Amino acid sequence: MSQTIKLKKGFDINLVGKAEKKVTEIEQPETFAIKPTDFVAISRPKLLVKEGDNIKAGTPLFFDKLAEDIMYTAPVSGEVAEIRRGEKRKLLEVKILADKKLEYESFKKLSVSDIVKMTREEAAAQLLKSGVWPNIIQRPYGVVADPATSPKSVFISGFDSHPLAPDMNLLIDGQDQYFQAGIDVLRKFTSGEIHLSINNNDEISQVFAHAKNVRLHKIAGPHPAGNVGIQIAHIDPINKGDIVWTVHPIGVTQIGKLFLEGIYDASKVVALTGSEVRNPQYIRTYTGACFSKLLSGQLNGGHSRFISGNVLTGESVGPDGYLGFYDNQVTVIPEGDKEEFLGWILPSSKKISFHRSFGLSILKSRKKEYKVNTNTHGEKRGFVMSGAFEQVMPMDVLPTYLFKAIIAQDYDEMEALGIYELIEEDVALCEFIDVSKNDLQQILREGIELIRNS
Amino acid sequence: MKFIQKAFDSIKPNFEKGGKWEKFHTLYEGHRTILFAPDITTNKTGAQIRDAGDLKRMMMTVIIALIPCLIFGIWNTGHQHFISTGVDATTLDKFLIGATKVIPIIIVSYAVGLGTEFTFCVIRQHPVEEGFLVTGLLIPLVMPPAIPLWQVAMATVFAVIIGKEVFGGTGMNILNVALTARAFLYFAYPSQISGEVWTYFGDVPPVDGYSGATILAYGASAVANGTDLMTDLAGHWQADMFSFKNMFMGIMPGSIGETSVLMCLIGALILIVTRVGSWKIIVSVFAGAWIMGAAFNLIGANSFMAMPAHYHLVIGGLAFGAVFMATDPVSAAQTETGKWIYGFLIGIITVIIRVINPAYPEGIMLAILFMNVFAPLIDFYVVDANKKRRLKRATI
Repeated sequence: MSQTIKLKKGFDINLVGKAEKKVTEIEQPETFAIKPTDFVAISRPKLLVKEGDNIKAGTPLFFDKLAEDIMYTAPVSGEVAEIRRGEKRKLLEVKILADKKLEYESFKKLSVSDIVKMTREEAAAQLLKSGVWPNIIQRPYGVVADPATSPKSVFISGFDSHPLAPDMNLLIDGQDQYFQAGIDVLRKFTSGEIHLSINNNDEISQVFAHAKNVRLHKIAGPHPAGNVGIQIAHIDPINKGDIVWTVHPIGVTQIGKLFLEGIYDASKVVALTGSEVRNPQYIRTYTGACFSKLLSGQLNGGHSRFISGNVLTGESVGPDGYLGFYDNQVTVIPEGDKEEFLGWILPSSKKISFHRSFGLSILKSRKKEYKVNTNTHGEKRGFVMSGAFEQVMPMDVLPTYLFKAIIAQDYDEMEALGIYELIEEDVALCEFIDVSKNDLQQILREGIELIRNS
Repeated sequence: MKFIQKAFDSIKPNFEKGGKWEKFHTLYEGHRTILFAPDITTNKTGAQIRDAGDLKRMMMTVIIALIPCLIFGIWNTGHQHFISTGVDATTLDKFLIGATKVIPIIIVSYAVGLGTEFTFCVIRQHPVEEGFLVTGLLIPLVMPPAIPLWQVAMATVFAVIIGKEVFGGTGMNILNVALTARAFLYFAYPSQISGEVWTYFGDVPPVDGYSGATILAYGASAVANGTDLMTDLAGHWQADMFSFKNMFMGIMPGSIGETSVLMCLIGALILIVTRVGSWKIIVSVFAGAWIMGAAFNLIGANSFMAMPAHYHLVIGGLAFGAVFMATDPVSAAQTETGKWIYGFLIGIITVIIRVINPAYPEGIMLAILFMNVFAPLIDFYVVDANKKRRLKRATI
């Protein structure tokens, strides 16, 4: 075991609505959906099914014409209920009316020793065909990995430090053999190490403790300590020309299950969180589950925002929206679409702030939980360099200069300032604390796309 | 508060696209957002919640930090008036007479400044931004109490237009806006902003033996005439006015808000605790000034150079400049390492200007403006070092 990496910079956003640590079995939603928009790099999705088709869990739904090998498949079996398109016929959602009892496409089932013997090509073929491959994210750019590349190393963050984030130990509880099999499969793709980071302050999950063929790192500190990008920067930073893969532990277990059981099992434990959820708890469902059923009888009422994911990086999908491919969390918080009399200056102990400007309590208790709405608390302004971004960025990157370079579309400068090391989630905290209320995650993505397409 | 909201709502159609006052849309928004924090919510993607702090609150914190200087400045203006005219007066009298001089300057500064700003908002169609909230108070505090109001107005217009709006508004300026106003007066009306503007007399003539000379003027004349500065100071008509303690308290003539180091330090404490101002800049300005003062002590070519180094920290506007001007996040160095260098050089240059160049007795103003110009260069090298670290890593 290597040394503990201690991070000082950052900020924990402590919100009301943490999920109670037990998993409830629920009646499953009728509909599920896969959204091509969850995968940032997909530019020309080609549909493989039409409305009314009967499909099994693992049946390909669509692929990207620019990366034809990678299939995006159904998480559950049933009937294709609707194909929803947006402006210019952009493919938004493939909705599936789920069977009560799921049927699975069958893939090759292997024993543990067979997995070890399997070649890289065999492993890749099964991952690509089954729809499990998109769990593998490639850095730079934060896109679904290119199967033709070999990463210098693979990173798995064993904890999530986002606001109200689910407890990873609960998400992967009892998945020991699948997790290990997933690691063994990933080993075939890299000659480097597989790094697994765990939270120094938490009890270590047995799944992680028993994992072999990985290098374990302990990380301590406030959010964004759990972000894999920050961990990469401290363990083995990405340089120009490097490729690194990252996989969420849930993705690793899905990979393992694909080979040990021969099925694409999209079931996952999801945390229902946020101040507007009556009983924040963990439930078991599948990728792409519809919110309305998950949250029925669970809402406090009032005008709320329904977020797939967490409050920093999630997406507002509405009360009938669907859980994103990569999300293990649903957050419901109040909308903040009300004016507030002298709200910009009156002191308040109910508002959460990284800053200590007048009226935002200076003596902050880390224990206090805040109920936060979606109000921006101010209008958009030009960048004012207060040096605050750097205080929530625990890596050797100068965010303000990078943002300026992106806005100026200066490719050399973006590269020199380390755009390869970042994706949206790494600057989400900067966006949160920004007094000028700029959309920094969006700016960063624009920069990444400029470089990626250059 | 519903009725105010309703009143705003009722006039809103006039300001919308196609309304008769469409052009003044930004002014409508500006006023409404002062009364009511807006109802804007976050985007569908990206951060779904935002920090409660915004630019308005940050600016307000600076204003609150300026209040001790302002209150002391009002009292001191009255106090200097009465001692120079040889009249005994109560504290209340001092406040009253001070207020009659200081309040009009503040009103002119805000009225003219905001007027200019609003005009630009309408012409350029950019939102009313909050930068002038602070600038509007900083300008009066660096003015001498007896300054004619029309000069305040001129300086403010110049500072807002040339100092800020031509660069694109709040956050885009290169030079500190309030100091631009002060520098404008200094160079446009040099004869009026030196001599007897530091004390307000009113109709009453000053008492016999009165001298309005500041310690910096003493320093310059000591160098010019080859006299001993400390002896000269002891011969001031108010013998203990230039004692270290008195200068620290700030009971002497000078610009309205800048005489009291104590009040500046209270302001500094507020800025540092609230993390609105950079402690690195504040500390390094003082450090730079003291070290340069000590260096001059070693040279000791004339009696101004031989003045104890710690005197430099309490004379002139050094403390006020260090706390409120140098820390302006827009015009200061923006990298953490850069802030140390930036502040340190301000301190050094201030003392060099004071001691070496008798034509410009007040060094802090020019030192900060000078370093404002060089701040991007300092940052360039700090950022460059970051890039080099990254490159070096890649080749390993």
